Amino acid sequence: MSLMRISSPHAHGTFSTGMVMRQVLLATVPGLFLLTLFFGFGTLVNVAWACIVGLACEALALSLRGRSLAFYLKDGSALVTCVLLGIALPPYSPWWLIAVGVASSILMAKQLYGGLGYNPFNPAMVGYVVLLISFPLQMSSWAPPRGLGDVPGLWEALQACFLPAQYDGLTMATPLDILRQNQGLLMEDLWAQSPQLGRWAGVGWEWVNLAFLAGGLWLLYRRIFTWHAPVAMLASLSLMAALFYDGGSSSSGGSPVFHLLSGATMFGAFFIITDPVSSAVSVRGRLVFGALIGVLVYLIRVWGNYPDAIAFAVLIANFAAPFIDHYTQPRVYGHKQPKSPE
Amino acid sequence: MRRVYDFHGGIHPAENKHQSVRSGIRSAGVPAQLILPLSQHIGAAARPVVTVGDYVLKGQVIAEAAGHVSATLHAPSSGRISGIEDRPIPHPSGLPAPCIVIDCDQQDLWTPHQGVADYRDCDASELLELISSAGIAGMGGAGFPTAVKLMGKPGRSVKTLIINGTECEPYITADDILMRERAADILEGVAILQHILQPEETLLGLEDNKPEAIAALREAAASASHVEIVTFPTKYPSGGEKQLIEILTGKQVPAGGLPGDIGIVCQNVGTAVAVRDAVIYGRPLISRITTVTGDAVATPQNFEVLLGTPMQHLLDLAGLQPERCERLVMGGPMMGFTVTNPQAPIVKTTNCILAPTTAELPPPPPAQPCIRCGLCAEACPASLLPQQLFWFAQGKEFEKLEQHNLFDCIECGACSWVCPSHIPLVQYYRASKADILQQRRDHAKSEQARERFEARQTRLAQEDEEREAKRAARKAAAEKRTQLATQEGGEDPIQAAIDRAKAKKAAQQAGTGTEPAAAASALDTLRQKLEKAEQRLAQSHASGEDAKIVAALEASAERLRGKLTEAESAASEAGAS
Amino acid sequence: MMAWVTDYPLLAALLALVGLGAPFGALLGFAAVRFRAEGNPIADEINAILPQTQCGQCGFPGCRPYAEAIAGGEAINKCPPGGEATIQALADLLDVEAPPLDAEHGEEKVKTVAYIREDECIGCTKCIQACPVDAILGAAKQMHTVIASECTGCDLCVEPCPVDCIDMLPLEESLQTWHWQLPAPRSNNLEIIATDSATAERAA
Repeated sequence: MSLMRISSPHAHGTFSTGMVMRQVLLATVPGLFLLTLFFGFGTLVNVAWACIVGLACEALALSLRGRSLAFYLKDGSALVTCVLLGIALPPYSPWWLIAVGVASSILMAKQLYGGLGYNPFNPAMVGYVVLLISFPLQMSSWAPPRGLGDVPGLWEALQACFLPAQYDGLTMATPLDILRQNQGLLMEDLWAQSPQLGRWAGVGWEWVNLAFLAGGLWLLYRRIFTWHAPVAMLASLSLMAALFYDGGSSSSGGSPVFHLLSGATMFGAFFIITDPVSSAVSVRGRLVFGALIGVLVYLIRVWGNYPDAIAFAVLIANFAAPFIDHYTQPRVYGHKQPKSPE
Repeated sequence: MRRVYDFHGGIHPAENKHQSVRSGIRSAGVPAQLILPLSQHIGAAARPVVTVGDYVLKGQVIAEAAGHVSATLHAPSSGRISGIEDRPIPHPSGLPAPCIVIDCDQQDLWTPHQGVADYRDCDASELLELISSAGIAGMGGAGFPTAVKLMGKPGRSVKTLIINGTECEPYITADDILMRERAADILEGVAILQHILQPEETLLGLEDNKPEAIAALREAAASASHVEIVTFPTKYPSGGEKQLIEILTGKQVPAGGLPGDIGIVCQNVGTAVAVRDAVIYGRPLISRITTVTGDAVATPQNFEVLLGTPMQHLLDLAGLQPERCERLVMGGPMMGFTVTNPQAPIVKTTNCILAPTTAELPPPPPAQPCIRCGLCAEACPASLLPQQLFWFAQGKEFEKLEQHNLFDCIECGACSWVCPSHIPLVQYYRASKADILQQRRDHAKSEQARERFEARQTRLAQEDEEREAKRAARKAAAEKRTQLATQEGGEDPIQAAIDRAKAKKAAQQAGTGTEPAAAASALDTLRQKLEKAEQRLAQSHASGEDAKIVAALEASAERLRGKLTEAESAASEAGAS
Repeated sequence: MMAWVTDYPLLAALLALVGLGAPFGALLGFAAVRFRAEGNPIADEINAILPQTQCGQCGFPGCRPYAEAIAGGEAINKCPPGGEATIQALADLLDVEAPPLDAEHGEEKVKTVAYIREDECIGCTKCIQACPVDAILGAAKQMHTVIASECTGCDLCVEPCPVDCIDMLPLEESLQTWHWQLPAPRSNNLEIIATDSATAERAA
């Protein structure tokens, strides 16, 4: 009888990294479905192409680094990054745009730092920001939602992606753009003159956000992450919106409901800022981290120069994460206070 | 109903307790050989008081406690000591250690023993002495000598006595079955502990997954209402001393402190029974209840087993299927350690032997990178940040580790259990703790070496100085003499000595003419010496001195005689030529 | 005033500099006297890092002299008993790059303790005189022995022994000194990764 010598514990729970990643992928399904429903197949094509490029990049980087492909590809983290980036990009983006974004995410933001677990910044958001800065035009052209224009079919979506020169799609300002570009109107007038604004926060956008909220709640239920960061972010965003909302004119920033259901708010709150690797670690730290993002999102949306603010807010908060960790160590059993950082 | 508190974190692993409680406690009998490690517990190893070949009776002391934190060892059965040698012992290292080996005669004859008539008439120190001499050590976890724990710090009163029947580790049912079958004995032991400690309240805490044990204890406690039975929701690791204290009292043991610092003493239910047996019947701690379980044994159950019984003996009784067993764990699946040799004996802290199949407890898959998901921080009962500790442990950043309170880790394994990346976190913490302690020891040692080096340097410097001073003094004296001599107009004494030496040399060189005379004088001196030595010898004979001295004197006289004869013969030869 | 400054710019600049320099110089001078550091604190700190084996392998007669030499600019990689850990600690303290151990002064070995084979010892006291930390006990014509707990394993007693009765024995692993090691780092080897369970060891 040959017996192992091994350190305790000998029993293990059933959680695994691959499982966590699969759950996250699964939770994007409702959001993806509604995005496709309202904006056509563009996002799906984005996601599919991003996954192909992403896996290729990951495999390339792993083989260059001399790591086992099977072992590391299995964890599914590259797929998650690619799916999230594919969702964040405007539908009907050309293939090269997506490829550049994915390569920046996987090669630059993730593998250059040492692969999964070592990236200080959210890879998907790094890719997004690289594109936003390099190709502002392509990155700010969103297709019109169903009901306000023709929604292209699958063939057109593929054409838009792979033969961008031959594709001439319609674009339309997003609700966030409209609010920023119009100053000094009454909200009612703004709503009346812009059909995209829908009921609360934009045709399609409202439902897409609710779908991502549902996916996020499911992930919370499955204990994939804790509620702290998303709730803190949504709370601080609402609070900021409520503080600066003057009740009626478009010079102020829009109502809390508008901010919660517009743009990438829910997607960001449940799928982006919950990336554990680049966020703060302790419970208090995640509260601070989420709240910081909420504030930043509002500031950038209302007074910044970019269509949406999640990406910049998340990257800035990533910068702050080690600092937040340093000051939010939990109180350890039997200690009076957390050990004071020097 | 008493209010129970919750502690941070914790997990709910599969309990797997039902397998081993289907039948009651079974006696494991007397094995052919008993192996008793001299250090069964933390603290100093015991000192054997028997030698190989001695016949010992059951309950006879075979090794004495050496030092404060040490426990006495008794023979668990009668037989002959067949060796005091290195044997495999249950220790995570797998290293052998000195053990007393008894070949049992199967008679199981007791040494005369007797308990106290009524413990209520004894004072605490008497009972503590009794507990100490019975070799009782904590039977739940670390095996800390019970008497030492009960003694506490002088002048500090005990507010709460906590009896730990939690047994939160999966698989283990030794305490459970003890509470079911011997609830009255436990309460009797608790009464003795109460008499010693005089606590304001006594709580017996156990998880709500042991309804039979709770019922048995409640029934037994109905007649003697000195103990409050407190149940609380099942959660691992609620049986950890610190966690149990928080559950029952809401207080936390200060970091680096002991429960005694907040007026609490914790004892295991098994220890309470051992105390009862020692005080009332005078029986030392020579047996315990051990669970043998796991899918690789045919009939998992609890045994009453003599300490020193090889694990193999128990595994055979339980029907081990060796081909299905890849690891043997002493203790539970969360905190137990692997034993590499089934010949290792049962010791005072062996509450469970777990023989799992590979399907039951598969070996951990290779570790993936940490994604800082924070599940470990949620599970940590000490509220640590295991993911940060892991990060620092990988980089051997000892300062950071201490700053993040590594030493508050109780190694319960909850973090490793939840880790989705299958990182052996506890091993990282164990290794880092050991490295830090080693570093501290090294540093203390190098400090000591430095002090000794510096002391030596000063000593050498001082010696040099003294020598220098002496030389200076001699020189000064010589100069003074010369001065004096020249002043008095006489000759310089040194010059005179040189002259004398020269003259002598010249005389020697002058030829052999003077030789016979010198030889004659040498002969004279030798004769005188011999005479003296003989006188001294006679004296010592007369006064009856020590035989050794007399012998030495005789030897020296003999030597002198030899020399004399040699010299005489040489002289006569010289004369002849 | 301004007119004067514009008329004699060079002189004004000089005056201004002197005006600034004099008080600051005085201040610095005062600070140097007032806050003068006793002894050589950096040498003390370095000495605290050195392993205090006093073996002299660095070429200096003991750790303290080497510490002072390092403070004076000597290379930090001449201490084999301290090895990489000490070099790293020194590099951190002095904020310099950590060079590899200078092989000229020996290589990092396992820790040892001197042991005198007592029946061969002739009691010459030579080793006692060589021991830098007075860890050898004995007198002339009497058998000597090493106080193991004080021995730094410096090797200095081995050479002087005329009968070669001193062995340097590696410290043995015991129950007290054994501890878990860090899990083996993930191997880069592609083949091993899939099958290796990093922490499992098999004992026969």
